[in-house]
Amino acid sequence: MTLEPNGGGLVPGKFLTASDLGGEAATAPRAEFKTVLLDQSGAPVVPNGSLGHRFTPEDEGSWNLDLGDVTPPLSLADLADTNESVEVLLPRFDLPPEAGSEHAGGSGVVVRGVPVRRVAGKLVTTVFDLLLAQYGVARAGLPGEWPSGYDDPTTPGTPAWQEEITSVPAEQAARLGREFADNAERSGGRSMILMGAGTNHWFHSDTIYRTFLALTTMTGCQGVNGGGWAHYVGQEKVRPLTGYSQYATAADWIRPPRQNIGTAFWYLATDQWRYDGLPADQLASPLARGVFQDRTTADCLVESVKRGWMPAHPTFSRNPLDLCDEAEAAGKEPAQHVVDSLTDGSLSYAVEDPDAPENFPRVIDIWRANVLGSSGKGNEYFLKHLLGTESAVRASETPEDARPRDIRWRDDAPIGKLDLLMTADFRMTSTTLFSDLVLPAATWYEKYDLSSTDMHPFIHSFSPAINPPWQTRTDFDIFGSLAERFSQLARTHLGVRRDIVAAPLQHDTADVMATPHGVPRDDLPLIPGQTMAKLIVVERDYPNLAEQWKALGPLTAKLGMTTKAVTYRPDVEIERLARLNGTVASGPFAGSVRLDSDKRACELILAFSGTSNGRLAVQGFRELEKRTGQRLAHLAEDHEGAHITFSDVQVQPRSVITSPEWSGSEHGGRRYTAFAINVEHLKPWHTLTGRQHFYLDHDWMEDLGENLPTFRPPLDMHRLFGDGRPGTTRRIGGPYAAQQTEVTVRYLTPHSKWSIHSEYQDNLFMLSLSRGGPTIWMSAEDARKVDVRDNDWIEAYNRNGVVVARAIVSHRMPEGTVFMYHAKDRTVDVPIAETSGQRGGIHNSLTRILLKPSHLIGGYAQLAWAFNYLGPTGNQRDEITTIRRRSQEVEY
Amino acid sequence: MRVMAQMSMIMNLDKCIGCHTCSVTCKQAWTNRTGVEYVWFNNVETRPGVGYPRGYEDQEKWGGGWVRTKRGRLKLRSGGRLAKLSRIFSNPKLPGIHDYYEPWTYDYDMLINAPRTAHTPVARPKSLLTGEDMKISWSANWDDNLGGSLETMQDDPILTKMSEEVQAEFEKAFMFYLPRICEHCLNPSCVASCPSGAMYKREEDGIVLVDQDQCRGWRMCVSGCPYKKVYFNHRTGKAEKCTFCYPRIEVGLPTVCSETCVGRLRYLGLVLYDADRVSEAASVEDDKALLQAQRDIILDPHDPAVIEGARAGGIPEDWIEAAQRSPIWKLMQYEVALPLHPEYRTMPMVWYIPPLSPVVDVVTGSGNDGEDARTLFAAIDKLRIPIGYLAELFTAGDVAPVDASLRRLAAMRSYMRGVSIDDVRDERIANAVGMTGTEIEEMYRLLAIAKYEERYVIPSAHTEQAHALEEMACSLDFEGGPGMGGAGPFGSSSGPSVPVAVENFHILADRQTADRPSTPGRVNLLNWDGNGDADGLFPPTGMTEVRTPGKPGKRKEDG
Repeated sequence: MTLEPNGGGLVPGKFLTASDLGGEAATAPRAEFKTVLLDQSGAPVVPNGSLGHRFTPEDEGSWNLDLGDVTPPLSLADLADTNESVEVLLPRFDLPPEAGSEHAGGSGVVVRGVPVRRVAGKLVTTVFDLLLAQYGVARAGLPGEWPSGYDDPTTPGTPAWQEEITSVPAEQAARLGREFADNAERSGGRSMILMGAGTNHWFHSDTIYRTFLALTTMTGCQGVNGGGWAHYVGQEKVRPLTGYSQYATAADWIRPPRQNIGTAFWYLATDQWRYDGLPADQLASPLARGVFQDRTTADCLVESVKRGWMPAHPTFSRNPLDLCDEAEAAGKEPAQHVVDSLTDGSLSYAVEDPDAPENFPRVIDIWRANVLGSSGKGNEYFLKHLLGTESAVRASETPEDARPRDIRWRDDAPIGKLDLLMTADFRMTSTTLFSDLVLPAATWYEKYDLSSTDMHPFIHSFSPAINPPWQTRTDFDIFGSLAERFSQLARTHLGVRRDIVAAPLQHDTADVMATPHGVPRDDLPLIPGQTMAKLIVVERDYPNLAEQWKALGPLTAKLGMTTKAVTYRPDVEIERLARLNGTVASGPFAGSVRLDSDKRACELILAFSGTSNGRLAVQGFRELEKRTGQRLAHLAEDHEGAHITFSDVQVQPRSVITSPEWSGSEHGGRRYTAFAINVEHLKPWHTLTGRQHFYLDHDWMEDLGENLPTFRPPLDMHRLFGDGRPGTTRRIGGPYAAQQTEVTVRYLTPHSKWSIHSEYQDNLFMLSLSRGGPTIWMSAEDARKVDVRDNDWIEAYNRNGVVVARAIVSHRMPEGTVFMYHAKDRTVDVPIAETSGQRGGIHNSLTRILLKPSHLIGGYAQLAWAFNYLGPTGNQRDEITTIRRRSQEVEY
Repeated sequence: MRVMAQMSMIMNLDKCIGCHTCSVTCKQAWTNRTGVEYVWFNNVETRPGVGYPRGYEDQEKWGGGWVRTKRGRLKLRSGGRLAKLSRIFSNPKLPGIHDYYEPWTYDYDMLINAPRTAHTPVARPKSLLTGEDMKISWSANWDDNLGGSLETMQDDPILTKMSEEVQAEFEKAFMFYLPRICEHCLNPSCVASCPSGAMYKREEDGIVLVDQDQCRGWRMCVSGCPYKKVYFNHRTGKAEKCTFCYPRIEVGLPTVCSETCVGRLRYLGLVLYDADRVSEAASVEDDKALLQAQRDIILDPHDPAVIEGARAGGIPEDWIEAAQRSPIWKLMQYEVALPLHPEYRTMPMVWYIPPLSPVVDVVTGSGNDGEDARTLFAAIDKLRIPIGYLAELFTAGDVAPVDASLRRLAAMRSYMRGVSIDDVRDERIANAVGMTGTEIEEMYRLLAIAKYEERYVIPSAHTEQAHALEEMACSLDFEGGPGMGGAGPFGSSSGPSVPVAVENFHILADRQTADRPSTPGRVNLLNWDGNGDADGLFPPTGMTEVRTPGKPGKRKEDG
């Protein structure tokens, strides 16, 4: 790592790369993406396996983790001739900022020393040395402030320091750390962190994750069965990934698909941005260099979209079909037309004006999701701005001086943007309750489908126990019917059109080398795929949409199928699928493989995935062998002839085949564990260095003070948004008691033990085994403060909305925190709220979307967008609420 | 010696996560019917807590179970025949519906057919007893996870036996779940309480059942059972209870609660016992001696004399072999399993392995190694409060057997950690609890690996005994009973009887083919047994409902 001057001192800078070394190394292709380490003599070495080796033809065979004879010192102190050390400045966030200097961000700086050397004229140290400095591990002879021992609470990093924040006894933390490491050492890396969903729901979830990963990586637990990091967030692991992606994104017909980042889409569509105004520089490091100055987090989203880091659809302020027509009229390529129009200002991005009628959504089709009763943060904003129904938004819009700089402010916010909300579901949820159209859907026991999860290595089938009852249809039939009708209408209304898709800089492609050293530049022209999104023209044959949907398109054979930079050629599979499924008899696509039933679609997914088709797994490994120069195909060769069909999984769930689609190995009957192939077969991680990263050197990470894993406390909602201060009470002299009091507390919405989001907990049996409606758990102490007894009706409110619920008072709850379990729908036993005069809310009535800029970075190594992999999180754990007792006579 | 076989269950409380899957699947299978809305043959209680029905363990109040007379004989706590006769039309010892809970549903119809109103529609709770609006203020599991602990904890009959100081301390100490079904006792007080002779204990496997033809609804069984696991069906006017899922057991399948248990904490199997010595064992003077007395009448299935006796008693060979492989026998041998409230003197046959985890939690919470044998042993010696509570539940207050069980569980953890981490088999740990390393590893296999075939050793019934068995004789085909599988010509409870084992198939078929209801109204899913229709679930064909709030619905023809 280089060290760079900042203010009066030095701060960690960028990874030293081959381009810094001069000479031959610097002229190698993609030298700025080839990171450098030192050997035992202190000489710089450009090791194999970094991003710079991944896509260049010259480096074929050297994208691997084989260090040969080189044994890099972890610390420069390990080299005998290191005799220099310097102080580095590290930001800390554990204390509140000084009053008046909130915009400096953070709360202070720790000065700690690291050993240094000079390489190629630059002052360098190692990541490990920086990590020891960050964690306060004192070593003899180094300058700076160091803790006097584990029991020193005055400086970050010690067990005693964390005790004041977490209340976990220092001795216990130290013992846990020792046991974790000792167990890892004795068991060969079988220490594991099994995390719940909760840690992912804090605003600063990424720093928590990175801390977990630092611990499991330092103890050698990654890639070890029984060790590492088991992220129990959802169960989404589509093991037959390649076939699924082909089918789900219609990649056999049109590439690329339009995919959004849901968090940012809803943030704009529901106008939560108008109330947010979160100054991005208040999140910044005290050592920040001004990346976020005078900008809100919403402005960061605009920058991210304009740079092509994150997708956003609609992308532009004009219909992309029309943009293609305009280009044709002007005799230009559509991409050039878009670039020219953006440059001359005649075209802008939709995110710059999300309330313009031409930019906001009009029709939403929800497929088996409960955005209005479960997942959508900021429920009341959804109701107000998207639906235009009654809502209990209590916040004021951001005052003029604090509004986003780069988003157009329209004085009259749109109310009720949607013309049509349509939901396909088999339950009456809050979402179906608000939908214009509800399409009754078949359940799992009434249709054919596939299922796989990260909890076990099997692919399951769904097979109907009964036919879909009454008017219900399977998802497959619902989409088929919609496609048929759409195609009929399209003959008159749309025809065949050219469309231009703005595709973001994509993970696992050469796009991720768009930002050398993680330094975004403003002095470059618009070049699609480098300084902005890729602009790709596709043809939309709208009148034939339904026919296309029922047939396998030509692109699968023509272009193959690329998953995580490995391209699969399913030539044999297409022929076999044609025999298995039959071919289309007539029409424009006669002769294509039939996909006109749910079972046939399942067959496609299984035939086109390495995990379920050994030939493709081996083929993919052989391609990866060429790139890595490492032996890999043997992991799947014993299954090369195996092809799991749908009838196979109907007989019994089938264990998947080891495939380059995933990083674990089931070879020889072992169980999947992430990164086993990386660790055991020297296949690089898909990162800048090709190794797991403790350090991130993007400019935005530096300005956020998060180069290294660090502790960041929950957002201070009192300071940022003027809500009450947690732990305080206030006399309100309400109508039910002259001396009525309300209390402000932290508000958590954890997953309950009795539901998968909104499902199951609301059936009558489960309601009879609990309290039969919305409840909020609170401590005896807080209940006493506001004169609440168990099962009393209470109201919880904050700037986002109001909730009416009954209190569950328990000594198991800590003072100062309440729970309302996730996904309490608006369907049963929700009275009218006194505070709003409207139907009491759901758990997400008190939350709001908040964007963290670090989640918006793209176009740089592992910090690049991939569907369902990298993007802004929906977080809500930092919220607070105020609770009061209400009239016990409730009205509905 | 008269050797008899008893089908029994053991639950390993360390593994119970309180998910209530057992309760839900049991209810779905057995009590998803009118008249038993409030009935949960299987329920899961948070302890400390008041349980279901509320405070059922307070026998001073409810008078369940047996007491020993001064002359050393057993009598029902609620009194003998004369006392019963005097109360036969008014039984003060009977829990009221509010001691269970007032069952409710919601007017789901509002979510679909609400008229245009200012606010979004919502389904209000409605009493299933009165049909009126209600505020839900008690349920089948109100104090789940110690919710409402400040209001309810003082009513825990176990806690009230312990001192004030202990109660306060206990709040911080620990919590666990207690799943409960009928105990299928060797000396059942419900059977003894029944004036009509309707309750009986099956000779073949000891399952306690109610003969629906004989039951006259006196409800003495409800008061007589100290576990409150016999219920009154207010529609049929007869008693019902957990059947140990005999239709499944008879064909070698585990009970529904066991089969669906997520934590895999239930064990099923036979034990052989000496029927001649049951009343003698149940009559020992000291409550604390009851555990040992019960252990003493459980017979060693490997003992040649016992085998001979079993053969003489007509127990088939494969049943004897099943008793030898029985996990129940093994866990009783390890002395880690304990009966629930032996002091009721009914000789209950659903036993429990007490939870060690709360002790481990306290140890680790204090910064110590919760899996180090010596630390754990010391903690078990020191943590008198939780141990005392467990003793009040499982050993009539005698802490020694609870200690012994927990020490063995603790030893197993420590010993196995040595095996898996250091590849060391430390016999000293095993010896400290009177076991060998091999025994510990066998116990570990049964408790921790817990393979399906080892958890459930269920010999199927013999066809030659068919005349005596319910499934083959179909005795649950009473009016409103769970044997009523098909929808007959006069509604969901008419028509010919259908064997219980195939009931669900018929329900499934009926769901597909059922007509819509003829009248709209309040939806009552709990009363809907899956047969035919549920009132108000679907709009009537060709009809549209027009309703003004607060007034009864009025309908008019479409178009």
